[in-house]
Amino acid sequence: MIPEFGHYALILAFCVALIQGVLPLIGAHQGRREWLILARPAAQVVFLLLATSFFILAWSFYANDFSVLYVAEHSNSQLPVVYRFGAVWGGHEGSLLLWIFLLSTWTVLVSQLSKSLDDFMVARVIGVLGLITTGLLLFVLTTSNPFERLFPAAQDGRSLNPLLQDPGLVFHPPMLYMGYVGFSVAFAFAIASLLSGRLDAAWARWSRPWTTAAWIFLTLGIALGSWWAYYELGWGGWWFWDPVENASFIPWLVGTALLHSLAVTEKRGGFKSWTVLLAITAFSLSLLGTFLVRSGVLTSVHAFATDPRRGIFILIFLALVVGSSLLLYAVRAPKNTMGGKFSLSSRETFILLGNVFLVVAAGSVLLGTLYPLLIDALHLGKISVGPPYFNSVFVPIMVPLLVLMGIGPWTSWKNSNLMTVVKRLWLAGLIAIVAAILIPRVMGDFTWLSSMGFLLAFWVIASGFLQIIRQAKTGVPTRSFIGMQIAHLGIAIFVIGVTMVGAYQEEKDVRMSSGETVSVGGYQIQFQGVRDELGPNYRAMRGTFSLMRHGKVEAVLYPEKRNYFSSTMPMTEAAINAGLIRDIYVSLGEQLEDSAWAVRVYYKPFVDWIWGGCLLMALGGLIAITDKRYRVKLRKLVA
Amino acid sequence: MKSRHKRALIIVAALIVIGVAALLILNALNSNIALYVTPSEVAAGQAPKGQAFRIGGLVKQGSLKREGLTVHFVITDLAKDIPVSYTGILPDLFMEGKGAVIQGRLNPDGQFIASEVLAKHDENYMPPEAKHALEQAQKSERKE
Repeated sequence: MIPEFGHYALILAFCVALIQGVLPLIGAHQGRREWLILARPAAQVVFLLLATSFFILAWSFYANDFSVLYVAEHSNSQLPVVYRFGAVWGGHEGSLLLWIFLLSTWTVLVSQLSKSLDDFMVARVIGVLGLITTGLLLFVLTTSNPFERLFPAAQDGRSLNPLLQDPGLVFHPPMLYMGYVGFSVAFAFAIASLLSGRLDAAWARWSRPWTTAAWIFLTLGIALGSWWAYYELGWGGWWFWDPVENASFIPWLVGTALLHSLAVTEKRGGFKSWTVLLAITAFSLSLLGTFLVRSGVLTSVHAFATDPRRGIFILIFLALVVGSSLLLYAVRAPKNTMGGKFSLSSRETFILLGNVFLVVAAGSVLLGTLYPLLIDALHLGKISVGPPYFNSVFVPIMVPLLVLMGIGPWTSWKNSNLMTVVKRLWLAGLIAIVAAILIPRVMGDFTWLSSMGFLLAFWVIASGFLQIIRQAKTGVPTRSFIGMQIAHLGIAIFVIGVTMVGAYQEEKDVRMSSGETVSVGGYQIQFQGVRDELGPNYRAMRGTFSLMRHGKVEAVLYPEKRNYFSSTMPMTEAAINAGLIRDIYVSLGEQLEDSAWAVRVYYKPFVDWIWGGCLLMALGGLIAITDKRYRVKLRKLVA
Repeated sequence: MKSRHKRALIIVAALIVIGVAALLILNALNSNIALYVTPSEVAAGQAPKGQAFRIGGLVKQGSLKREGLTVHFVITDLAKDIPVSYTGILPDLFMEGKGAVIQGRLNPDGQFIASEVLAKHDENYMPPEAKHALEQAQKSERKE
């Protein structure tokens, strides 16, 4: 009976979401107060219904209700409770329910935190979000109902793919989806302001913290996914330019451009049309990401179980959203909105240039991702576009962007004297050059690519520190400023990590017998042998390796090869000795002869800086949205 | 400078960025695309010469042989067989009788030297390229 309540709640949510999507929009258009004030309560009811539905699905997993098809397919009675919870979004139906639930969470947050915004604007924003909710709920109810029953009930479930039985996976999808879905708020604000014809600084000020919040979640979600691939997939890489990774990275790039463009719109009233276009694009790309992942058109790690019919629905939905919003944009976007006059050496110019680089980078990744699909659709053969394409296009676009990042924050709005900026920045340039020469020498080999990486990273770091020192002299800097500096520092830390791993990692696939030693990066790793171990729902072959340096044992590593009872596929669990300046990564391949194993040993210098940099970016964003100007009452501005 | 000129300058700068990026993209696409080729096409000599490509198909039952870290196996679309050798650790899901996609080059003896072996992350999952190769082979058999 309980799963049926979940299903009813979903159907009710659809009906109320339809009200939330239609009445407030019409009400705002025709000036009917009694219709537009429905927006807030409708959004809250939808949220409660979806929360109920989501909770019931989670309960079905917890209670091992294998009469629910989705539960039977993604869980079993031996699965530890934590992973049963993670399994709620381990498959298509549940992850879509999560998507919609998070969408209504954002909606209800907007409705609660917009008390000082005028009712017409709120009605339009919530209305647009309601239409999106309605469309996606229709999708879930017609093609992917998570509450579908299985008669007779299964004795036990099929279990979750062992790859997904990992703490990283419990958090990766919700984070990523919070980011994806969060851009819907920026989108709704943009559409609402196009509808009302009021694209002003107040609109930008309202959108900005919401966009930043979504961006924070997306940053964390992507970083978690990358980290998960690093230690769980057993590959030891941190980014593979896998189509699904790209699907999350493209909206991130456009979202980053949007953040910066919103700053110009808020502070200077400029770039309005551009900002609106970016907001529409960021959300459309999030939808496209969902389509690419969920339709099965892409062959990738993430194609666990997919169904092309669903793809068609999302594609139509996507076409409707993009088509109607671009049409609205074409009709209503203000013309001639470069804003107040600014000179070529102003902050506006630098942000605009940065935007161009970010958007071009997003375009090149999008092209590489869609190109094989396009070629296939045109029957020109089947091809794959691999990491070399992305590296050789993406990296050169990022170089000038990082150069700009060191200068942009020093310029002032409207007009600034470039000579003064140069005078203040020469020290940063010097530090960067010294770092670019010295660090490769210390690490061993000098390569131009690694030298370039350090040059850019230290350019950004030095420029940031010089500016912080300068600001601190004139008083306490704003949180916006501190947040910006920390996020930029995060990028630099990230670049250092990427450069170090790219240039100085050591990867060895070797055959090892018990007692043998292999050395990487100044460490010796001794193989002690393999034993059988029994886990809660798997049996494992567990290797023991001693990590030694200068003949002294520093740590013992236990990589595993697991066989889950519910599956026939073996699973590699790598063992990682993590450190601030290096990771040692050991994983077991296959057994070759009696006591000999194929073993993969990696030395990854500064690899954790990659994710550390992402954390700093997110932290910077968090500090920026706590800036006090977002907390002041905006009624005056809006009225 | 007049604001009209300024806008023109910004647009020109943006166009230059986009143009350079387009050049980079075209250049990279040219040299970094791997074509999918079926085992039958390789046997018919239709594989690209001197360039890496991908083969999709089944790992033939009983064909897997180890020699230290080097493995030899046969990839098949059930019509034609291609011998493959690979040095390194195979992915968890690489198994005889299952689908796989491999990337590499042909050596002069007609042996495929794999640089990368891709087996997808679900035991019941068949790479579409492998499926495609099997279907193609079936089709041409029926014609004959």
